[in-house]
Amino acid sequence: MSAMQKLMGWIDDRLPLTATYKAHLSEYYAPKNFNFWYFFGSLALLVLVIQIVTGIFLTMNYKPDAELAFLSVEYIMRDVEWGWLIRYIHSTGASMFFVVVYLHMFRGLMYGSYRKPRELIWIFGVLIYLMLMAEAFLGYLLPWGQMSYWGAQVIVNLFAAVPIIGEDLSIWIRGDYVISDATLNRFFAFHVIALPLVLIALVVVHLVALHEVGSNNPDGVEIKKKKDPKTGIPLDGIPFHPYYTVKDIVGVVVFLMVFSAILFFAPEMGGYFLEAANFVPADPLKTPEHIAPLWYFTPFYAILRAVPPLFGSQFPGVVAMGLSIVLLFFLPWLDRGKVKSIRYRGPIYKVFLAAFIISFIGLGYLGLLPSTPVATIFAQVFSVIYFLFFLLMPWYTSIDKTKPEPERVTG
Amino acid sequence: MKRVKNFLFLLLAMPALAMAAGGHSVPLDKAPVNLADHESLQRGARMFVNYCLNCHSAAAMRYSRLQDIGLTEDQIKENLLFSAEKPGELMKIGMTKADGKAWFGATPPDLSVIARSRGADWLYTYLRGFYRDDTRATGWNNTVFDKVGMPHVMWSLQGEMVPVYKRDGEHETIARLELAKPGSVTLAEYDAMVGDLVNYLVWMGEPVQVQRKQLGVIVLLFLAGFFVVAYYLKKEFWKDVH
Repeated sequence: MSAMQKLMGWIDDRLPLTATYKAHLSEYYAPKNFNFWYFFGSLALLVLVIQIVTGIFLTMNYKPDAELAFLSVEYIMRDVEWGWLIRYIHSTGASMFFVVVYLHMFRGLMYGSYRKPRELIWIFGVLIYLMLMAEAFLGYLLPWGQMSYWGAQVIVNLFAAVPIIGEDLSIWIRGDYVISDATLNRFFAFHVIALPLVLIALVVVHLVALHEVGSNNPDGVEIKKKKDPKTGIPLDGIPFHPYYTVKDIVGVVVFLMVFSAILFFAPEMGGYFLEAANFVPADPLKTPEHIAPLWYFTPFYAILRAVPPLFGSQFPGVVAMGLSIVLLFFLPWLDRGKVKSIRYRGPIYKVFLAAFIISFIGLGYLGLLPSTPVATIFAQVFSVIYFLFFLLMPWYTSIDKTKPEPERVTG
Repeated sequence: MKRVKNFLFLLLAMPALAMAAGGHSVPLDKAPVNLADHESLQRGARMFVNYCLNCHSAAAMRYSRLQDIGLTEDQIKENLLFSAEKPGELMKIGMTKADGKAWFGATPPDLSVIARSRGADWLYTYLRGFYRDDTRATGWNNTVFDKVGMPHVMWSLQGEMVPVYKRDGEHETIARLELAKPGSVTLAEYDAMVGDLVNYLVWMGEPVQVQRKQLGVIVLLFLAGFFVVAYYLKKEFWKDVH
């Protein structure tokens, strides 16, 4: 026995190191037919790590103080060694996180990855998405620019729309009557400690649940149903390591090329990743002409604005916006289709999914624009389609003419 | 099926239809930005220190950073340090925020990142858009920033402009500005000077931007090479699958 084996033996008697490595990497059998859409899970994990590491270094120089915050970001951009790079990685990473997560979720919709037995993976995934939105919202206040300030003002005011307790609730969240230094301090605390901890915990649970039931695949068939009688290994399964680790490296490199192209050549991304108005320091006395949230929130912002106020209260819009996310949790039970993957679904589901995606993107686009009567009508149409996708799902998935699933994975 | 397809196309076209409203009021002139032109940036820096840095600060910017556009520390010390003692200092000003508010109606904004919030074209048009308006306390108004608190600081250069109006339905709008009283330079020379100043403001908004792009090329080349290695590694491993 070599010294290395002895050491491993010593550790394994005390900690399941080898067993964990096998269970999650070298003997975790993933379907061999993953396609393009299956890169985004590991990419999301990569971006999470990027955000945490760059975040740590930003924290070393950032000042969570209403008087100092704005200039401390510029100090990072100018005087801190490589500070500009760290800051741009973090700001680009925030938007790219949502790009990756939206594509990851779309993959889930296409191939029915939320269906039995993966309901909990999906639910934890939606929770991660919620946490991510909260994390992005809190982080966006920190540069203390005009959009940071007024964006936070608009969102916190949504809580004020809750009947009876609304006013007190919004004051409790802000720690003041307006967004102020107190708000900045607590948002900073939540952004750098509280939510990252919750996020990491949720990601661990998401992965543990995934590795318990095994990955879905573009055919939506269970590879565990057909196992090699001798070894018990799924016939269509291949060890995650080395096959998918080497494959994911290719995905990572391509992703980093896109990431770098934005980071080095267009870090503002035409105002979508860094808004021009956020280069003006926060001014509580001057409301900007047009307050637009960052692009990843705009679909929900558009739904909020599409719902007309009731007795002068924005509350119905707030409820609709909340509902648009809550509905995601019920997806595993709303879908009554006989097959999981879009490859074997009938035409009705495909039309509904296409209409849903177009509506989501359309809402995202409309949420960027100032509210006009015409835009509001379009947003209302899109909102209705968004909700119908979920609410009619039990009906249209059960009547749809599906094709038979194959026995084994194809291609 | 055709009807369904038409429906989906209609959905796709909807956001574009919704766009058919709004638009910018004043057309902006294109600013001649060229960050490789160090002489222009140096002239712009000199203009900035002479004309802007009395009422506006650039509190994120150190004088010593001007070495990036080809100035030596001695040149900075001799020519540009009016309100500071050492080149390592930030471009701050003596005027307090309260004074600024009392004198101009609004505190003159810090200009460190003004080019990133306003954009080069806006600045270029704005600085060339002052005209005589006796209804204003300062005696000046501006084509892109109506009722601006800032007076025309560079009027001795440009001279005095007056508006020429055109009828636009019920409204009268400014068609163009005309030189009423010449300044110390011609209008073309003035445009070039403002061009230098805006060029400098764009550079000051993010002094690292030129190096950023240079580094970007190297990073992308490295990743392209890495891609080839990663691709063949994957191919090699996946030979035994299927």
